[in-house]
Amino acid sequence: MADVSSHASTSPGEAMIRLDNLEKHYPGQARPAVATLSMEIPEGEIVILVGPSGCGKTTTLKMINRIIEPSGGRIFLQGEDVTTTNADELRRRIGYVIQQVGLFPHQTVAANVGVVPKMLGWDKRRIANRVDELLELVGLEPGRYRDRYPKELSGGQNQRVGVARALGADPPVMLMDEPFGAIDPINRARLQNEFLRLQEEIKKTIVFVTHDIDEAIKMGDRIAILSEESRIAQFDTPSNILANPADDFVENFLGAGPSVKRLTLSQVGEIELNSWPTVQAGVSGEAIGEAFRRCDDDFLLVLDGQHRPKGWLARADSGRVQSTDNPLPILSPVTSQSTLFDALNIILQSYSTAAVVVGEDGAYRGTLDLERLRALIHVEQEAQLPTAAADQQDARHRS
Amino acid sequence: MSFGSYLAGNWQDLLKLTVQHLLLVLVSVAIATVIGVALGVLTYQTAAPRAFVLAVTGIFLTIPSFALFGLLIAPLGLGYTPAVFALVMYALLPIVRNTITGLREVDSAVTESARAIGMGRWRRLAQVEVPLAWPVIITGIRVATLLDVGIAAIAAYVGGPGLGHDIFDGLDRIGFPVAFNLALSGTLGVIVIAIVLDIFFMFLGRFTTPRGIRG
Repeated sequence: MADVSSHASTSPGEAMIRLDNLEKHYPGQARPAVATLSMEIPEGEIVILVGPSGCGKTTTLKMINRIIEPSGGRIFLQGEDVTTTNADELRRRIGYVIQQVGLFPHQTVAANVGVVPKMLGWDKRRIANRVDELLELVGLEPGRYRDRYPKELSGGQNQRVGVARALGADPPVMLMDEPFGAIDPINRARLQNEFLRLQEEIKKTIVFVTHDIDEAIKMGDRIAILSEESRIAQFDTPSNILANPADDFVENFLGAGPSVKRLTLSQVGEIELNSWPTVQAGVSGEAIGEAFRRCDDDFLLVLDGQHRPKGWLARADSGRVQSTDNPLPILSPVTSQSTLFDALNIILQSYSTAAVVVGEDGAYRGTLDLERLRALIHVEQEAQLPTAAADQQDARHRS
Repeated sequence: MSFGSYLAGNWQDLLKLTVQHLLLVLVSVAIATVIGVALGVLTYQTAAPRAFVLAVTGIFLTIPSFALFGLLIAPLGLGYTPAVFALVMYALLPIVRNTITGLREVDSAVTESARAIGMGRWRRLAQVEVPLAWPVIITGIRVATLLDVGIAAIAAYVGGPGLGHDIFDGLDRIGFPVAFNLALSGTLGVIVIAIVLDIFFMFLGRFTTPRGIRG
């Protein structure tokens, strides 16, 4: 976890979106939905707007593409003032993904994905090619899904189509309003991981609304924690926010267990894995006994012919002959896209004391145990200390 | 004379009246569809105009048909025109109401998505909202048609075309043997038209509903 902000660009890129004193008042309401909000969203980053319900985060998001027209202030996209330009043309430059997906149920997947290119007047062949490209990008085989209708797909598949539609004409900016909020936890984690992988390829500027701080920490290059009336309580990288919450509001919002939360910042693929004593499936009882004698661990990992983990073999009382036929199950293996938090969760469930990491082909890569995670957290915390000390020194110099 | 031999002798007249009746209804419903869908589209988003249009078209439907046809003689005279005018008035409520209901029932996430990808007002209506509301709208048109098939029989009272002629002739000759045959043939004609149109609209609804939202 040496580089906690691995998917944040270190240099503050040019602001793709600039919100300048943006306001929203609804007639007949004493308090504004959004009091003056100013914010710069750097190119190619995922910026998360997170806050309690009713804090105005969704209103803020919807003012960027003017689904909600601001009452005051200005919006700049790529340096251009778009506050009063043609809203439809503005929106074709901004992808939009919402929790309810909102696909057109009467149109095929292909028509849904190709809707913006069609409005922009692309010719049929170019649209068809683009649709296939986008479906592959979001992990839906074009030949299988192109001609289906939204009602024939699962919630997760529909949201993939929703993301593909938003990417239709390759807009520089995407707005996402709790895109994975309606999806069950297992598929949500998968979609989040896939989306982060996708973002590495497409490098869009993304404004992402969620009420879930864990999702914010996992997905965000930067997080804006909003309090009522969309006031920015803190706007920083996830690791800085976790290390130095600006005030009590932020601290409360982060909730308990900041050390555990930091684990969502890193993916398994970013760290060095442990190795674990293994044994091939089908070897003799003597070979198993020999393998146990050679190590201190209480478990051996059984691998099959393709080097895929098959299960755990627990150390037996001395003298008992064991076989690899019925090992303890792995339950769920970890992939390089899983967060360390996912890994911790799996370690706690495991029959052994470690999580098994596999590659995309399902082959064994290494393991991760509690000791290793603990060591990572400690390194991490120490890494924060010198910076804090340096800041204090700076302050002393200036005074 | 038995009803069978009556039909054998008068089937050509009866057929002519049936075709007239059918055309009268179809022309009226077509006009009402254009007006009704337009009114629905223009008012479904705003509460006051919506309530007003529904109230007015609702009142039309409560006017007894004899009275309405009679009232229309003064401004429109006799014949085809007052008949069509009245039938359009009666057909409006089901069409307007179903248009409004259908459009308002379109999932707000879908319309918001349509806005957010840069579809303008009319494109949104034509490509998203009306196609999605269509099953409800066409049900309104079907109800309006059946309503008009019955009421069109009264149009003969103001000299309009259709099977009403046989029915009114029959009623005028109560006591004569032919009265029953006239009234019965007119009534059966109306029923046959109603059944045929109902089946027609059932198929039309199925074939014009986009596959993705077909039940």
